[in-house]
Amino acid sequence: MSLLSEMNQRALDLGVPLSVHLDLTYRCNERCVHCYLDHDDHGEMTTAEITNLLVQLADAGVFFLSLSGGEVFMRRDFFEILEKARQLLFNVKVKTNGVMIREVEAARLRQLGVEQVQISVYSHRPEVHDAITKLPGSLARTIRAVRFLKSQGLKVSLSNVVINANFADQRGVMMLARELGAEYALDPTITPKLDGDTSILALRLPGAELKQIFHNPELVGNVEEFCAAPPPPGEDIMQGFPCSAGHTACYISPYGDVFPCVQFPLPSGNVRRQKFLDIWRHSAQLKQVRSIRAKDLTTCSTCAHVGTCTRCPGLAYMEGNMHGPSSADCEKSFQRTGIPSANMLARGRTRSADALIQINPSPTHLSSATLL
Amino acid sequence: MAEKYIARSSAIAARMLGGEMMVMSTTDSTFFTLNEVATVIWQAADGRTPLSEIVANKICQEFDVDQECAQRGADRFVDELSRHGIVLVSEHPLINSSTLLESR
Repeated sequence: MSLLSEMNQRALDLGVPLSVHLDLTYRCNERCVHCYLDHDDHGEMTTAEITNLLVQLADAGVFFLSLSGGEVFMRRDFFEILEKARQLLFNVKVKTNGVMIREVEAARLRQLGVEQVQISVYSHRPEVHDAITKLPGSLARTIRAVRFLKSQGLKVSLSNVVINANFADQRGVMMLARELGAEYALDPTITPKLDGDTSILALRLPGAELKQIFHNPELVGNVEEFCAAPPPPGEDIMQGFPCSAGHTACYISPYGDVFPCVQFPLPSGNVRRQKFLDIWRHSAQLKQVRSIRAKDLTTCSTCAHVGTCTRCPGLAYMEGNMHGPSSADCEKSFQRTGIPSANMLARGRTRSADALIQINPSPTHLSSATLL
Repeated sequence: MAEKYIARSSAIAARMLGGEMMVMSTTDSTFFTLNEVATVIWQAADGRTPLSEIVANKICQEFDVDQECAQRGADRFVDELSRHGIVLVSEHPLINSSTLLESR
């Protein structure tokens, strides 16, 4: 076990929120087609409120702090907030599109000791990237930012969200990252909008393309190992919990709302009304999330993939049941291994039934359809 | 032997967890955990107090160890951390080094 894993385990045992993702704003200068946020300001926390929150987070034991948005540089007080975060000795990762980063901003990020800057890039071709961000010239400005950051010696990671519109450019982004001296991270996860609108889910990669990703050694390393059939789950797996959300990590919105994770919109408290630590320790919602073990999961507890699936409890929650399956992760497990999930098998039967109901058959057809 | 002054680098992240200090270099992402004694030295590394004074006043008194043994351990610890840029070491006081850092 690595030292970091040991610390994670200790944080879990002690009930310490080791990691917090804090969105400073939902405002953004890009309008990405797959984004789950609205971009209005509904009353963001002030500088003083955020500063106070950072002190509370440090006192609660938070070590890893992701500052994200929206676009963090849309806040004029961003560097003031970052400076306070670094004074409090957080390990800070900044997530940005980079459009507003020039030499001065890059130098300041370096001076303040940011651990990593994660930058969203959708394609190596401007016509594709800019069409996704809906901001003309955005790729050129983003690449320029990466160069400024790298010239300061900062660690940069290109975050490549892959949807059906830019799948063909995935390798191009990977090569671009290599050329720029940046790390590369692919993310095929598309979530519903915060208001519940699911229309953007149509942008998700189809199964065949997910399969290509999971069988690409440049991305996954040893394909045979990565795509192997899951071993039978042991008792430790069944007693385990799904992910760090609500256990050692949480998400805080620009309005002070606390959630188990950025992908898990279960309101658990608000730091404008309560102390962070009171929410973390006593929120009924977080307690509920923490109580869930793999053995308690509806359908998933009987699934062959239960021990290896990337099941996201937040996506499951958005599908209607935090104890239930996350269909997007069922699809991933299937495309990775070729073995359908328990949920897919159940839904397959449901789909057959649906198809029968949609038929308005003559009595002759009815008899044959009933046989199916 | 020349006196040593030590100061925490500004290029680190740190937090107490269960009685141990986690320290990570933001330069090379090296991750350390400091035991109780090392944590006391690290917290006292204000750039103004000589290491020998930290050892005498903090370590020997709080942990009941003799000065020579504690000093040897402290020297090794400081050398190791300075190699990773976690602490700065000088023969003269480092006045402005740690003034921005709030250790929790």
